[in-house]
Amino acid sequence: MDTAKLEFFRGTLDVLILKALVWGPLHGYAITNLIRRQSDDALLLEEGTLYPALWRLENKGLLDAEWGLSENNRKAKFYRLTPEGRRQLRHEVKTWEAYAAAVAKVLGATQPPSPEEVG
Amino acid sequence: MTPTPIWRRYSRMFGPDPAAAVKDELSFHLQAKIDDLVTQGWSPEAARHEAERQFGDLRAVQQIGVRIGEKMERRKRLQDYWTDSLQDVRYTFRTLRRDPGFAAISILILALAIGANTAVFSVVNTLLLRPLPFPDSRQLVWIAPPPTGCGFSCATYSADAYEEFREQSRAYQDVTGYMAFTTPDNVRLTGRGEPEPATSFEVIGNFFQVLGVQPAMGSLFTQDESRGPHPIALLANAYWRRQFNADPSIVGKAVELNGTPVTIVGVLPESFDFGAVFSPGAKVDLFTPLDLNMERDWGNIVTLIGRLKPGVTVAQALDDANRVAPSMYFNVKYPQTLGRYKDALIPVLLKDCVTGKLRRSLIALWCAVGTILLIAGVNLSNLLLARAAARAKEFAVRGALGASRGRIVRQLFMESLVLSGAGAALGLGLALLLIAWLAHQGSVALPLLSTLRIDGQALGWTVLVAVFTAMIFGLLPGLRMASGNLQEVLKDSGAGAGLGRKHERLRAALVVSEVALACVLLVSAGLLLRSFVKVLDVDLGFQPDRAASIKVDYDDGAPTEQARQDKRGEIFEQIIARVSALPGVEAAGISDYLPLGPNRNWDTPVPQGKIFQPGELPDPLVYVITPGFVRALGIHMHGRDFTWADGPHSERVVLINASAARVYWPGEDAVGKILMRDKEEDHVVGVVDDVHEETVEGGTGSQIYYPATQQGPAGAQLVVRTSLPPATLAASLLRALRELNPKQPAAEFRPIQTIVDRAVSPRRFFILLVAAFASLGLLLAALGIYGVISYSVTRKAQEIGIRMALGASVGAVQRQVLGGALRLAFAGMVLGTLLALAVARLISSLLFATSSWDLPTYLGMAVVLLLVAGVSGYIPARRASGVNPMEALRSN
Repeated sequence: MDTAKLEFFRGTLDVLILKALVWGPLHGYAITNLIRRQSDDALLLEEGTLYPALWRLENKGLLDAEWGLSENNRKAKFYRLTPEGRRQLRHEVKTWEAYAAAVAKVLGATQPPSPEEVG
Repeated sequence: MTPTPIWRRYSRMFGPDPAAAVKDELSFHLQAKIDDLVTQGWSPEAARHEAERQFGDLRAVQQIGVRIGEKMERRKRLQDYWTDSLQDVRYTFRTLRRDPGFAAISILILALAIGANTAVFSVVNTLLLRPLPFPDSRQLVWIAPPPTGCGFSCATYSADAYEEFREQSRAYQDVTGYMAFTTPDNVRLTGRGEPEPATSFEVIGNFFQVLGVQPAMGSLFTQDESRGPHPIALLANAYWRRQFNADPSIVGKAVELNGTPVTIVGVLPESFDFGAVFSPGAKVDLFTPLDLNMERDWGNIVTLIGRLKPGVTVAQALDDANRVAPSMYFNVKYPQTLGRYKDALIPVLLKDCVTGKLRRSLIALWCAVGTILLIAGVNLSNLLLARAAARAKEFAVRGALGASRGRIVRQLFMESLVLSGAGAALGLGLALLLIAWLAHQGSVALPLLSTLRIDGQALGWTVLVAVFTAMIFGLLPGLRMASGNLQEVLKDSGAGAGLGRKHERLRAALVVSEVALACVLLVSAGLLLRSFVKVLDVDLGFQPDRAASIKVDYDDGAPTEQARQDKRGEIFEQIIARVSALPGVEAAGISDYLPLGPNRNWDTPVPQGKIFQPGELPDPLVYVITPGFVRALGIHMHGRDFTWADGPHSERVVLINASAARVYWPGEDAVGKILMRDKEEDHVVGVVDDVHEETVEGGTGSQIYYPATQQGPAGAQLVVRTSLPPATLAASLLRALRELNPKQPAAEFRPIQTIVDRAVSPRRFFILLVAAFASLGLLLAALGIYGVISYSVTRKAQEIGIRMALGASVGAVQRQVLGGALRLAFAGMVLGTLLALAVARLISSLLFATSSWDLPTYLGMAVVLLLVAGVSGYIPARRASGVNPMEALRSN
C-alpha cells in the first residue's frame, strides 16, 4: 500500500486536530508534525489544508487561540481545546470507532448474508 | 507555552487585524518548516521551495483565513456590545429603583405624551392616511357639482342624467349611486310584534359591485333585480346581528317592511359600514334596490360614485365628464333641460370627498400632539439634567476608572430608552382606552370613526415616537455630562459651584422653551374655543331648545293625486290637533325634512313677470310642511303661515325664505307676489327667516316651503314645541300617535338640539382634544417651572439661610423666588406669543368668526400662564421662606 496516497476523508482532519490537542496547546506547525509522527508517517497531509480546518474549529468554539512564543522564540498562534472541543472529540471518537468497526465487519465477512436479511 | 506577551495586549488597543494575524501565523509555519529542513541538511534556498511546495496554495489559504477571521471579529464585537448593553440595562434598573419618584413622574409624563401621540396617529391614519376600506379604493371617485350654497343637497343628479352619464362616460369601469334623500328610521319593520323603525337606503343595483363589497352571506343585487317586481333587501351586518340574532339561515326569508313582505337576498360583511363612509354617525340597517323608473320625475335624487378604469386619472375623468355633460338631460321628457349639468360633473377621489374637509383639522391636531411630545421631551430633559447634576460625581468617577465618554453617553441614553419604553407601554394602554372610547362616539359626525383601532402601524408609530423622545430628552443631558471636565466635577463640592450654575442656565433655557410651546398650544386652543363659542352663538334661523321631533308614519294611499292630498291633509290635521291638545305642547307641525340635514331641490321657480338669465335663479331647497311647523320650530316670519284651508282645491300658496325673496324681488316685500313653476302660479303668502339647512357654519341659500296639502312630502317629521322636557312627553305623544295609527313605530322623540349638537360635533370633538392637549402642555410647563425653581431653592438654601440670618424678611425671600418663576414664565410668554402669532395664521382657516389676532385669547393665555407660573413658583417660595437659617448654615 502506498502510504503517501492515503487521502483524508472529509471530517477526519477535524477529529485528528482535536486529538492532537488533547495533551496541551500547540501551534499549527507542531500539529502537522504530531499527526505525521503519530501515524508513523502514514498520514501525509498537505500542510496548507490544516489552517482552514483550525480556523473553522476556532470559529465554532471548539478551539481557543492565543498568541505566544514558540520554542525558538518566534511569535506563534497556539490552539487549545475548549471544554466543548473535548466533548466533541469524545463524540467523534465514538462515531469513528463505530464506523470503523462496521466497515471492518463488512470487509472481514467470510460468507454472504442469509437471504431473508437481504430483503 | 509562554504567557501572552505584552505587545499582544496592546494590539487590542488598535483593534484586531485578521489579515495580519493570518499572515503572521502562516509565515511562522513556513519559517519553522524551513528551519527543520535546513537542520536536515537542505540548502536555505531549496528548503524554502520545499516548504512552500509542501504547504500548497498559500494565497488561497490566506484568503480563507481572512474571511473567517473577519467573521469572528464581527461576532465578537456584537457580543461585546450586547454584554455592555445588558449591563447598562441592569444598571439602569438599579438606578431607577433607587429613585422611584423620579421614575414614576417621568414615566407618567411620557405615557401621557406618547399615549396622546399614538391615539392621534390612529385617528389621522384612519381618516387621512389609510385608503378607504374598499379594494383599489383609489379608483373610486365621487362626482358632484362644484361646491355651492346648498352643499350636499345639490350633489345629486336625476335618474335620466345618471343613465346618460353611465352610458356615455368612457373613464369608468362602472358608475353607481344611491338615493341621497333618506331620513333616519324611514321604514317600519313589521310583522314581528311592535313595529320597529329602521333605516333603509336605496342603492342602484350595481352599488356594491362598484365599491367591491362582497356579501358575507347570500348574494348582492343584480342590475336586473333593481327593476324587478319582487321587493328584496340586503341586511347590514350589525342589523342582522342585532335584529335577527345573526340568524344563519336568514337568506331567502321574507321580512315585512311597512307591511310589505321583502325577501332578504344577502347579508353584507362586517367590514362594510355605509354610514362610516357616506353618512358619518348614521346607522344604516338595510339596503333596497333603487328603481330608477319610479324616480324618474323626482328630480335630482341620486349621488354619483364611479370606479375609474385602471390608469385613468381624475383629471382625465373630468375631461371625460365635460365631454358628456352637454348631452345630459335633467329629464328626457323636457328637451329644454338638455345641458343642465354643464360644468356640474366634477369627479374627486372618494377619499378626499369623505375626509378632505378634515385634513386641516387633523393636521392641526397632529401638530398639537407633536408639540406635547416636544414639551414632554424638554421636561424630561430638564429632570434628567437635575439628576445628572446630582450624579455628576458618579460619572466623573466612572470616567476616571476608564469608562469612555461614548460609554457614559450610551449609559445615559439607555436610561432614557428604558424610561421612554416604559412610558410608551403605559401610553399605549392609555391610547387603547382613548381609541376605544372614540370609536364608540356614535354622536360625533366624523367619517370612519367607528373603524378606529390601534393597529400594527400605530404600534410602529409608538415605537418610533418612543425612540425619538428618548433621543431628544436623553442625548442633551448625556452629551452635557460627558463633556464635563472630570477634575472640575471631582473638585466641585456640589452646591454653588460653576458646573451647577451652568446646568441651571441650561435648565432655565429649557423651561423658557417649554413655556413658549405651551403658550402656542394655549393660544391655538383658545382661538378654537372662541370659534366654537361663536359657532354655538350662530342664529340658526330656528330655536332648537324646547323643540323635539319624531318620525310619523301615515298612509295616504288613494287612487288619484288629489284624493291622496285630501286624505293626507285630513290625517295631518288630525295628528296635529291631537298632539297640540297634549299638556305641555305649545305648537306642533310637520315637515318632510328638518334643518341641518340632507334635503333636495325640485326645480327653478321664476318670479312672475320678470326675465332672468338662465342660471341666474337658484334652485331653492324644498320643505313640504303643514300649518304650525314654522311656529313649532321657532322660525320667525312675516306674512301668514299656511292654514288647513290651503287645500288641493284652493289657490296654490308658498312660503319663501329671506334669501330667496332678496333674489326674486330685491328691495320689495315678497308677500303677495307670485312665483311661476311652468304654468303653475304659487302665491307667496309669507317670508321666513333663513334656516341653516346644511351646516351651522356655512351660509344659507334659497328655500321654499310648500303646504303638505298641495304637494307630496317625502315623509313626515312631527316637530313639537313644548314647555316640558321632551323625554317626559315622549310616552304620551307616542300613545296619541298610536291611537290614530296603530302602525306608528316606536321612533325616537329627538330633541332638535341633538341635531344641532350633531352638526357641531366634529368641531366639538377637535376642540375637546386640542383643549385637553393644551391643558396637558400647561401642566407640563408648570412642572418644568416648579422643577427649576425648586431645585434652585435647594441649591441656594445656604445663601437664603444667610440672608435670613442677616435680617431678610420672609416676604423678601418669597418675592425673590417667586420673581424667578415669573421671569421664566414671562420670557417664555414673549417667545411663545411670537410663535403663536405665526401658528395662529396657519390655523386661521379652522377658525370661525374669530381673528387670529384675537386679543382676548392672547390676554387670557397670558393670565392663565402667569397664574400657573405663580402657583408653581409659590410652592418652592414657601419652602424657601421656611428655611431655618441655623440648619442651612450647619449643613454642608
